Amino acid sequence: MDKIYTLEVKNVMQVTNNEYDKMSKKASPPSPKLKNCINAFLIGGLICTIGEALRVYYTSLGFTKDGVKAGVSVTLIVITAILTATGLFDKIARYAGAGTLVPITGFANSVVSPAMEFQSEGRILGTGANMFKIAGPVIVYGCSTAVLYGFIIWIFKLY
Amino acid sequence: MDYLMFLKAFVVGGLICVIGQLFIDYTTLTPAKILVGFVTIGVVLGAIGIYDPLVKWAGAGATVPLSGFGYALAIGTKKAIQKDGLLGVLTGPLSAGSAGITAALISGLIASLISKPHAK
Repeated sequence: MDKIYTLEVKNVMQVTNNEYDKMSKKASPPSPKLKNCINAFLIGGLICTIGEALRVYYTSLGFTKDGVKAGVSVTLIVITAILTATGLFDKIARYAGAGTLVPITGFANSVVSPAMEFQSEGRILGTGANMFKIAGPVIVYGCSTAVLYGFIIWIFKLY
Repeated sequence: MDYLMFLKAFVVGGLICVIGQLFIDYTTLTPAKILVGFVTIGVVLGAIGIYDPLVKWAGAGATVPLSGFGYALAIGTKKAIQKDGLLGVLTGPLSAGSAGITAALISGLIASLISKPHAK
């Protein structure tokens, strides 16, 4: 009885596996990982091109070098915030993967998205604290590495 | 206008994002770890002088990805040390990132104020 039972289970497993394979082959393109990379390349490249256009525009307005840098970042951050608030960012991000995550848009989204999502937990510990959920670690490790670098060049007078 | 700069920005920015996509697809790293990794690596590449030529060549293609944020932290720290000495070690990093960080925080706060509760 036991043997027959396991055999049946095995058969059922094999059938579902085969069916699943067929279904997934039908549903997905030949190489989803390649497609992910192409999407990330196109969307990420597009965001950087928009950044470059902003850089040219702000330079033509006569901003200082630091002003142009800040202007490009702030503009992309505000655009991301608007897209996140309207729910459009999530749709683009699902398609773009790292294409929206790696540029400054990913950082902005990681602040704005939890700020909205956790507001039911209150203004202080909901919105205020969760804004830093991903931005916090980014700032902590970015700053710490920069301080380490600064300390080294200060000691050895490399600046 | 230098149209070639747009192409360079597109290609370099796109390729940096592909590196991130490969980390998503082939490792178990979470997006948070990838973001931290990009910023930290950007600081290191900025510190050893590798990132600077890339920024000069590709413009926003190198500065818009988060590695460019890390690069800005490293450059800002160096500038602050040139100006203020040891104090610059502490004031430099956050000063360099202050515009972006503050803009993100204010945007987040405004978005949470105008959006309905429970809306994602």
